[in-house]
Amino acid sequence: MAVEKFEQLTSTAVPLPIENVDTDQIIPARFLKATTREGFGDNLFRDWRYDKNDQPIADFVLNNPIYSGEILVGGKNFGCGSSREHAAWAVGGAGFKVVISSFFADIFKGNALNNGILPITVSEDFLVKIFSGIEADPKATFKVDLENQELTISATGDKTSFDINGYKKECLLNGYDDIDYLLNIKDKIEAFELAR
Amino acid sequence: MSFLINKVLTKLYRAVIFSIFRKLDLSFSNLTTCIFLKFKSNLTVAGKTLFDKIWDAHVVQEIPDGPSVLYIDRHLIHEVTSPQAFNGLGRRGLKVMRPNQTVATPDHNVPTINQDKPIEDELSRFQVDTLTENCNKYGIDLYGLNTDYQGVVHVMGPQLGVTQPGMTIVCGDSHTSTHGAFGCIAFGIGTSEVEMVLATQCIMQPKPKKMRINVNGQLKPNVSPKDVILYIISKMTAAGGTGYFVEYSGNVFREMSMEGRMTVCNMSIEMGARGGLISPDIKTFEFVEGKKYSPKGDDFKKAVAKWSELYTDADAVFDREVDFDASDIEPMITFGTNPGMGVKITGKIPELSSIVGSEQPSFQKSMNYMGFQAGDTMIGKPVDYVFIGSCTNGRIEDLRVVADYVKGKQKAENVTAWIVPGSKEVERQAIAEGIVDVLEEAGFKMRQPGCSACLAMNDDKIPAGKYAVSTSNRNFEGRQGPGARTMLASPLTAAAVAVAGKVVDPRTVLETA
Repeated sequence: MAVEKFEQLTSTAVPLPIENVDTDQIIPARFLKATTREGFGDNLFRDWRYDKNDQPIADFVLNNPIYSGEILVGGKNFGCGSSREHAAWAVGGAGFKVVISSFFADIFKGNALNNGILPITVSEDFLVKIFSGIEADPKATFKVDLENQELTISATGDKTSFDINGYKKECLLNGYDDIDYLLNIKDKIEAFELAR
Repeated sequence: MSFLINKVLTKLYRAVIFSIFRKLDLSFSNLTTCIFLKFKSNLTVAGKTLFDKIWDAHVVQEIPDGPSVLYIDRHLIHEVTSPQAFNGLGRRGLKVMRPNQTVATPDHNVPTINQDKPIEDELSRFQVDTLTENCNKYGIDLYGLNTDYQGVVHVMGPQLGVTQPGMTIVCGDSHTSTHGAFGCIAFGIGTSEVEMVLATQCIMQPKPKKMRINVNGQLKPNVSPKDVILYIISKMTAAGGTGYFVEYSGNVFREMSMEGRMTVCNMSIEMGARGGLISPDIKTFEFVEGKKYSPKGDDFKKAVAKWSELYTDADAVFDREVDFDASDIEPMITFGTNPGMGVKITGKIPELSSIVGSEQPSFQKSMNYMGFQAGDTMIGKPVDYVFIGSCTNGRIEDLRVVADYVKGKQKAENVTAWIVPGSKEVERQAIAEGIVDVLEEAGFKMRQPGCSACLAMNDDKIPAGKYAVSTSNRNFEGRQGPGARTMLASPLTAAAVAVAGKVVDPRTVLETA
């Protein structure tokens, strides 16, 4: 299953200035009973978003109509904990194509990339600028340019570059996934097995 | 001296040949560069870490400015993170490349009572049935419910000898790091990666950095492996190991049982590390010998000879090295909502003023969730539930510790105490050793194997607002049920808490008795 191509995106962003957001918060375990990848977006941040009677918690950011967009901005160490890829499916399912943080947990980062979601790591200072920008104007937009590996705060023109390895960048730009690559080198894998 | 030079030259020769084989598909200029770099690196970097030895032996291909293609020896699968991977395989019309290197069990989502009856929850039953169907379809060994070896996948794997030193092991579960206790590169993966391994027996991985955590000295009495790892995580923080693979080194780990080493390696992910590993030794080999999937006879002897080379060379270099003094470690407990928020059980929750300004809102959020105040003493905190089990502490050694402590005592009336054995084999051992009788006489409820209240996917949930002392690995918000408040601790501390009905230092009972 190839992933959706990603080149550029200009969007408003949803701020979640909480540190150590673990994947149990992103998608609680009781919602992992599905056998398909679809439908997880509805339960993204379920227990922060809804109370025990399934009523929306008004002050949670995803329930606040002034915030919207395809970019989610999280605090340091975003996506720690369980390796559940359901967390990436939930983020993607809720319409996010980019997640920005000053620090990502390794497994979440990999899972996001494998689902065509771009995790962008910025400096702590730049993260503060983004949060301040959204606080000043919830309709503030951000431009993500994958080709040039640049993130721009549209209102101020403040720019930062971000890292992504060349291979993964090519995958996202072209909509390739890792399995395509591995299947193409299957002869080599079999030769490796024989040589051991 | 000439012997040394010879050795270096042989190594260089091997490196060059190896490079040629590996890089045959590269252009000539790349090839020469690669030989040159290999040549250069062998001249300047002599020793290899344990991690490097295993990693390098499993690299099928290195992608320039990209990850490595890493060959996987063993793939463990369970019902929750595999169905979408099998769907993907089906869509592409692929087979499982090496079904005999894949082993399955249902654990995350199984009930821990009445396992002989059909699973009541429809979605859970469908998920478990889907695993069975996929295993049958693709010829994968499955240890299903009510069979002799079913259990939490990271308890079951070692018991079956699926886990062997020097292997690369993956599973769609972050606690796969457990298997590092045997000197393996073992780590958790996402479902897309499960699909990759099913289809190609390989995974794409950027090579992590290497960290060595040394713990030397004499541990105090009644300080367990769980306390050692909770102590390490409290010092490293929940993100301190991110980007690294950790080797645990020092006399403390050498002296630990295999069960203890598994507990330590299991929680590597809780400081963000991709995994953790410990060099194998005689204890490792003895544990592996005679298991169902272990090599037998001469093959075992040959394997041991090979496994004996799995250690970090004296002159190997790590990206980061951290030292801890064993004598500073005491029984630990967590007070917050990530495993890095731990203190000595006799200690206090940090004051807000001691927390870095930018981290104060998250800290305060955590305190609000737990119903605790900064500066509170942990001793005497209320407890409603005690959970003993999980891939961290659901092994026979853990149950023995609990039974030894509670023998002749009664659990407190205000506490519900669940014991969930890590596997059918642990359950059998516990029955045979009389542990189950002791625990039931003390008022503990013995359940059947599964992940249970560690992640509360099934009905084993701690009710909202209630406090649990748990031997599991995560104290995240809602981890043990929506609104549940978790304090992580060792099996000994959990046993003492269950008897006392509140947070206590197990040593005050044991060492004054």
